[in-house]
Amino acid sequence: MLGRLKLGLAVLAMVATPALAQRADISVGLVLEPPNLDPTSGAAAAIREVTYSNIYEGLTRFGPDGSVNPGLAHDWDISEDGTVYTFHLREGVQFHDGTPLTADDVVFTLDRARDEDSTNAQKQLFAAIDTVTAVDPLTVEVTLTQPQGAFLFNMAWGDAVIMSPESVETNATNPVGTGAFRFVRWVQGDRVELERNPDYWGEAPALERATFRFISDPSAAFAAMMAGDIDAFPNFPAPETLAQFEADPRFSVIVGSTEGETILSMNHQNEALSDIRVRQAISHAINRQDIIDGAMFGYGTPIGTHFAPHNPDYLDLTDNSAHDPEAARALLAEAGHENLTLRLMLPPPTYARRGGEIVASQLRDVGIRTEITNLEWAQWLEQVFRGKDFDLTIISHTEPMDIEIYSRPDYYFQYDSAELQAIIAELDETTDPEARTELLHRAQRHISEDYVVGFLFQLAKTGVANADIEGLWENAPVPANDLTGVRWTQ
Amino acid sequence: MLRFALQRLVSLTISLIVASMVIFFVIEVIPGDPAAYMLGMNAQPETIAALRRDLGLDQALFTRYLGWIGGMLTGDFGTSYTYRVPVSELVLARMGVSLPLTVYALVLSTLIAFPVGLIAAARRGSGLDAGIMGATQLGIAVPNFWFAMLLVLFFSITLQWFSAGGFPGWDRGFWVNIKALTLPAVALALPQASILARVMRSAVIETLGQDYIRTARAKGLSARQTVVRHALRNALIPVLTIIGLQFSFLLAGGIIIENVFFLPGLGRLIFQAITQRDLIVVESVVMLLVFAVILVTFLVDLAYAAADPRLRRRA
Repeated sequence: MLGRLKLGLAVLAMVATPALAQRADISVGLVLEPPNLDPTSGAAAAIREVTYSNIYEGLTRFGPDGSVNPGLAHDWDISEDGTVYTFHLREGVQFHDGTPLTADDVVFTLDRARDEDSTNAQKQLFAAIDTVTAVDPLTVEVTLTQPQGAFLFNMAWGDAVIMSPESVETNATNPVGTGAFRFVRWVQGDRVELERNPDYWGEAPALERATFRFISDPSAAFAAMMAGDIDAFPNFPAPETLAQFEADPRFSVIVGSTEGETILSMNHQNEALSDIRVRQAISHAINRQDIIDGAMFGYGTPIGTHFAPHNPDYLDLTDNSAHDPEAARALLAEAGHENLTLRLMLPPPTYARRGGEIVASQLRDVGIRTEITNLEWAQWLEQVFRGKDFDLTIISHTEPMDIEIYSRPDYYFQYDSAELQAIIAELDETTDPEARTELLHRAQRHISEDYVVGFLFQLAKTGVANADIEGLWENAPVPANDLTGVRWTQ
Repeated sequence: MLRFALQRLVSLTISLIVASMVIFFVIEVIPGDPAAYMLGMNAQPETIAALRRDLGLDQALFTRYLGWIGGMLTGDFGTSYTYRVPVSELVLARMGVSLPLTVYALVLSTLIAFPVGLIAAARRGSGLDAGIMGATQLGIAVPNFWFAMLLVLFFSITLQWFSAGGFPGWDRGFWVNIKALTLPAVALALPQASILARVMRSAVIETLGQDYIRTARAKGLSARQTVVRHALRNALIPVLTIIGLQFSFLLAGGIIIENVFFLPGLGRLIFQAITQRDLIVVESVVMLLVFAVILVTFLVDLAYAAADPRLRRRA
């Protein structure tokens, strides 16, 4: 009897195991809550971390490696001179409210973004556009004022996703896009819920439901992961606990890179800092690895120029500014700045606050004194970024491919170099990949050899996830948690 | 009683007007432009100007103050800069978490403190009294966020009885939410109960030494009857004061506990709004909290008068 019961149980178990469906829901932890859900009217990374490319899609889209892939446009033609882009839209694409996607929506979206009253945070992406016309319902022709090498790249940004005029006004609170997931609800302060879009034009995602939950406190994030309330935390706020997760077979730790070049920014209007010898001295005073170990728990890649190390066009120029306090002291003596005091303004992130203390002690070591001021983000933006009232600051520039900021003489560090401006202007008009690589190399070398700022490290993306989840983005080419390829393995 | 209430009402109104001016002008003076914050580092100046127009930030400061006050009197608290929804909606949703949490914690704290304080007073000087005094001392000394983390460690991570935080929302049913608020309420209630129990004990001990207690005993009431009918009622005044203060403290001060348990309450709303320079939300929520505190003080004043007839006559 007992034997038969055992057999029965075994059979039952065998039948039951495959019948147990794989989990099709996920709860993803985010540190910051998005202020709204419209990526075309705000700069907050959290907006993209929820919506890109889950809810909204653009003409092109970023892959996990940062490559630019077809999105709502399955194909495009570029004219000989590089000024006319003809996009061919996919057939049968519907917005979540049932309205079909047509060329008119694309015209509407691009015109809205570059309009005079536009509140698009990345309006410069659309600056080269001259006209946008709908040739037929599935063809859009975009004319540029001049060739732009990065145009397809620009169109993949979260700020360039296609919206419908019917729903654009309410997208901030009730987002309607074309993506594989549609919005269910937003419990403000707690979570945003999405569900699979049954009418999606592409391959249906494995997940049926996704919940983004907002947990800013590091110890609360740790507890929520440990208690199983959160399945994945792609930007985990408590890096000091990652070793513990690594040792636990229930979890996997995902370490990738971001587009965040973290730099010790210098104000070129400051009399001392306008001297290249002083800037070079500061660069040699810095020990990057100490900052990475001390402020980032060892996560981060040293950089010697303003470029992402995972990019194929990256040059390792860290030797230009190798740690050398002796050389730094000599340079300062030569420049006559042995008694230099500089103001160091620090925004809230750990990389700045903890990194700033380490930088300050390294500078003190070569004879530069610093006065540290901690600022909130809003204050930092107003005083440092807009007011340009600072000597030094630490900041991660998280936009992808943003080396062009060094060609803006009125940018907050106020670096004005005709040579670099010429390189960037040429780059902007160049579409040939090899020529672009060459120009990018020249730009990287130029800012590195001119010691424009102190180049510290590339910000790492450190996340934790349940070990049974696969398909999460390892790197963050743009802020995003694209869940379309995420699935449970058991 | 009516005159007493009216007098209190006038002073309440004056406090509110002064508070509104202080709140509005102090918050507006803080550096940091909401529009620049929202649009980030790549925004162009004309984009920021367009957003400032959108949000009405281009108007004069005093005009905006009048608009804000006028709106509040008619129940319109304005629209959040960042969330783009009416502030009243935001506050109402957050109240749905903070208010139940406060009441829950206050009920727990009172339920613990009253019997504990009474027993300690009745058994004054005994080993039990010493034990209670020691425990409440510890309860006051332990920071509530640390106690909260211990609760999470034990009940959420080890036992997995409760989730580590979050709030399902009232549309998901009553008990799941009560369950979600239980650990935070316990963490909030423990130090409050400790304070309240000690106040209760000393208030009861003080009244027990009064002549009328001896009289009550002399006329034949049992010890229990004396405590419940005479000592307790007279000991209530200081206890009510503390409960009133605790309510205000819990409602506005739950922010750390809300962070530990990632609850979408008022405290977190203010915290978030300050960092994002969502000034209108900060102003309106702080104003509401001031209103709540003043109102509770008013109600406590009335409760004194109800508990002690002498106070009515004196006013």
